[in-house]
Order: sequence, then structure tokens, then C-alpha cells
Amino acid sequence: MTVQISNLLLFLGCALVTALPRVLPFIVIRSIRLPAPVIKWLAYIPVCIMTALIVSSLFIRSGGRVLIDWQAAVAVLPALIVSILTKNLLYAVIAGVAAMALLRFLS
Amino acid sequence: MSEMVNVPADAAREAPTFSQGVRDCLPTLLGYVGIAFAAGIVGSATHLSVLENALLAAWIYAGASQFIICAMLAAGSPYSAIIFTTFIVNSRHFLLCSTLAPSFVKYGLLKNIGMGVLVTDETFAVAIGKIIKKQGISARWMYGLNLSAYVVWIVSCTAGALLGKWVPSPDSLGLDFALTAMFCALLVLHLDGIKRSRLVHQLFLVFCTVFLMAVLSFFMSSYLAVLTSTLIGATIGVLTEK
Repeated sequence: MTVQISNLLLFLGCALVTALPRVLPFIVIRSIRLPAPVIKWLAYIPVCIMTALIVSSLFIRSGGRVLIDWQAAVAVLPALIVSILTKNLLYAVIAGVAAMALLRFLS
Repeated sequence: MSEMVNVPADAAREAPTFSQGVRDCLPTLLGYVGIAFAAGIVGSATHLSVLENALLAAWIYAGASQFIICAMLAAGSPYSAIIFTTFIVNSRHFLLCSTLAPSFVKYGLLKNIGMGVLVTDETFAVAIGKIIKKQGISARWMYGLNLSAYVVWIVSCTAGALLGKWVPSPDSLGLDFALTAMFCALLVLHLDGIKRSRLVHQLFLVFCTVFLMAVLSFFMSSYLAVLTSTLIGATIGVLTEK
């Protein structure tokens, strides 16, 4: 049950920048209104960042070269298929993890 | 439900109670527990202690960004980049809270801050459903909803972290991949909730982001590529919207 001070400070920073967009509207939105393009832009953030995060885990960096992590690229498929079929987060995670464990066991 | 149908119109307009908020939270809890459990396991795989996992859940209380923080910590990203990415990821709450806030204008500032700080995608969905159906909403109801979700989240994250400690070698079990699998599911669930007419546009953005990532990864570190692709991707979204 240890806590590293550096982690603690990191979490604190993250907590502050997370609380800010949550609380700010409840303080000021009563009087001001966001410009429409900003609202639209915010709405597109989730889909882009989730895609980017998935893709980033499919790359391996070695030296100056960027390679594709084939195991991850293959294991992404069962995770995607199960989430499309079941719409259940936990099942998708289990499918992806199981596929990855199998791939590593076989290789 | 039958008793709700029978109450007179006047009583139905009375402010819903704290315990009603707790009850309205129950259907969403199953989803919460699953994500929180996974978040705890991933945190454990990132070599965070159980207490650190609990703090992460209690202080940040946002599923996706807890995963991102763990992923970036594991990748050795600088703290400034982690904090900035967390801000970008959670900036969407601004949108959710801006939609909710007008319904609570009559309450005091401190009460409003208390409500806002615990808004999540799920509690937002429950609250906005109630507002749209004009079923009446109150601060104490919102507190009941928020606090039950919050407590369950922290307990489940901690339980997941404890379980993760018992697993001997997370890598051989593929547990490090839980993160990527989770984002796959989050992406699919996000797209599933979008109207058919807008789905093609969103899939186009997915394609654009994949392309941007593939190109940018050659020029910059992965965390910077994620950020840049997201910012450009969302901008393309606004520009190409019909």
C-alpha cells in the first residue's frame, strides 16, 4: 500500500484539469453561451481520441523505425467483433485479453 | 412504477428525493462495475499500488482518462503530456455539464459545484433523460444519483486493483491488452449510440484519424501523435459536417 509522491502530484494535476470542465459550466454557463463551432468540435473529440489510442497501441517503436505490432493488430479483431455483437464492454475486454494471451502462448 | 402512475399531478411535480436518485442510478451500475473493474486491473498492470488505484478513481473519476493515464505512465510519457491529454479527453464533460447546468440555476453556487464535479457520461445520460421527459429534477436527486455512482466506482476500481495484484504475470495473460480492447469497445458503443444519418460521417472521422496516426507516428512520439491526430480529426469533423 505505497504511494509515490510523483504519482500523487500527477493525479492531483489530472484531477484539477478533470474537475475544471465539469464544474465551470455550473458556475458560469448561466450567463454565457459557447459558440456553436466549439460545441461541435467538442462532440467530435471522443471518437477521434479513442481511434487514435487504439491505433497507437498497434505500433512498436524500435530505434528510429515504426513497426506494426501484429499480435495486437490481430487481437483487436475479436475485441471489435465481440463489442459489436454484444455491446458489452466487459465481454469485449475479456475477448481481447483472451485472444492476446492465446497469441502469446502460441508464439 | 405503478404507484408513480397513480400519484396526482401535483405530487408528481414535487422534487424527487435523494433515494429516488439512488434508485435511478441502479440500472447503470452494472456498466460502471465492469469498466471500473477493468480500470483497476489495468492500473495494477501499470504497477500502481492498490491505494494509488483507489486515489486515481476517487480524484479523477473518469473511466477513459484513468486508462489513458495508466497507458501513458507505462509508456514513460512526461507528466505535462499526461495532464494535457487528460484535459483534452475530459473536456467533453464541459459539453455535458453545459447541457445540465441550466436545470439547476435556482440552487446555490456550492451546491452546483458539488453536482458538477461528479457528472459522468452515465449520470449525464440518466439526468438528461429525466429532464427531457419533464419528470422533474432536483439537487438532492442529482446528489443521490452522483454519489451512488461515485461510491460504486471507487469500490469497484479498488477491487479490480486487488484482483490485478493476485495475477502473477499480467503480460503472459494478455492483461496489458485490456486497455486497447476497452477502447475498441468504447468506440463501438459510442458509434452505436449515434443516429444512422451521422454514422457515416463518424466512420469517416475514424478513417481520417487512423490515417493521421499512421502518418504522424513517423514524425513524433506516440502520445503527441494521439493528441495531434485527435485535434486535427475533430477539426475535420467540424469542417466536413453537413
